[in-house]
Amino acid sequence: MNYRWNWGILLQDPYFGWLWSGLGWTVLIGLASWALALLVGTVAGIARTLPSRLVRALATIYVELFRNIPPLVQLFLWFFVFPELLPDELGLWVKRDLPFPEFTTSAVGIGLFMGARVAEQVSAAIRAVSLRLMPAALATGLRPLQAYRFILLPLGLRAIIGPLTSELLITIKISSLALTIGVLEITAQSRHVENYTFQGFEAFSVATAVYLLLGLAATVVMRGIARQIKPL
Amino acid sequence: MNDFDVTVIRQNWQFLAEGLALSALLVAVSVLGGVVLGALLALSRLSRLPLLPALVAGYVTVMRTLPLVLVLFWFYFLGPFLLGHPIGSLTAALIAFVLFEAAFYCEIIRAGIQSVRPGQAQAALATGMTHAQAMRLVVLPTALRAMVPLLLNQVIIVFQDTSLVYVVTLRDFMTAASIIASRDSRPIEMYSLVALVYLAICFTASRLVAALWKPAPR
Repeated sequence: MNYRWNWGILLQDPYFGWLWSGLGWTVLIGLASWALALLVGTVAGIARTLPSRLVRALATIYVELFRNIPPLVQLFLWFFVFPELLPDELGLWVKRDLPFPEFTTSAVGIGLFMGARVAEQVSAAIRAVSLRLMPAALATGLRPLQAYRFILLPLGLRAIIGPLTSELLITIKISSLALTIGVLEITAQSRHVENYTFQGFEAFSVATAVYLLLGLAATVVMRGIARQIKPL
Repeated sequence: MNDFDVTVIRQNWQFLAEGLALSALLVAVSVLGGVVLGALLALSRLSRLPLLPALVAGYVTVMRTLPLVLVLFWFYFLGPFLLGHPIGSLTAALIAFVLFEAAFYCEIIRAGIQSVRPGQAQAALATGMTHAQAMRLVVLPTALRAMVPLLLNQVIIVFQDTSLVYVVTLRDFMTAASIIASRDSRPIEMYSLVALVYLAICFTASRLVAALWKPAPR
């Protein structure tokens, strides 16, 4: 088969604009869902190490539920099923008035899926340090809450910067799932360009380069953070 | 929500079962192909040949940085150029899955081999074994024990990954359900069913893996 190369097409209107806005959506979904994943993951991860059996059980149910259903299915549940389960007025509001519905749903869906993965890392990290340090912290007169705040969390989170970097990379990758509910992020836009121009090599190369660069940027940022908070 | 209709599931169970069968086929081919190719990649990466380890490392990094959706799009587009004739969507998806999952299996296998202490291989070499013998008789049996749970967990991840063939409209379980969901306007029933089935299979499987392979004492 013959292929006519045309890299110039990437800079032409409207294709350049499509790809550029796709990059923007990918970054936005990545950041929003990562923020949510860190928040929910830290809370659920801590909850899994608390003495209360009820709290631990709830956190475990969250983790198992969200890890064992494919993220694509979760997005569809949030988008198509969740609004129907709400009370009438609230459901109607979600369906009609939710700002940027596709984006918001993607960020929440991907954020909660990644949150379950982050929770696993956080609880493992806390367990690893608390075995030896919790008794020591309590013996110095710290209350349990203070022990978490001053000892377990700072030391535990430092130890998992590496695994958290991988989780951030996964978040960026699965932001591509947002295309299934209509967010035109970079993967969707590169397909869009291919459909219009048949210049698949060029279009998909752009998306590939975007993911490699974002992955590199995320790794550099996380390494910078790791260097700032050197482990003891 | 007041009329959750199970008849739509009963009426379409055959269509859904065919979807699940395609999911199973995708998992089987991706895992078998992924493990074989992944093992070859891992051995090349650990070899002392010139250039090859760096090339494999680059391949693995790129594959692990790209979303599976994009890899699927790439191979749909590339298929005809690679093979010289149009290929079906199933073939394209299978190629994409094997090449994609191989990168992940490569890393699991490499980490497993490297988890065996170097003294073991040195001792084997000192007894007069060749490199290949030391690998086959001493390093791999130990490495395998460390890898098995990770290899099996990756099977569960592959099963979840197969739902992504939705983007290229191959009729796996997820896609079959979504077709019915929009045809019969029954998204609640269909997507709840899909979620429950994946949950039941993945949860049971991961519990089995955890129960059967307790971490080996070191």
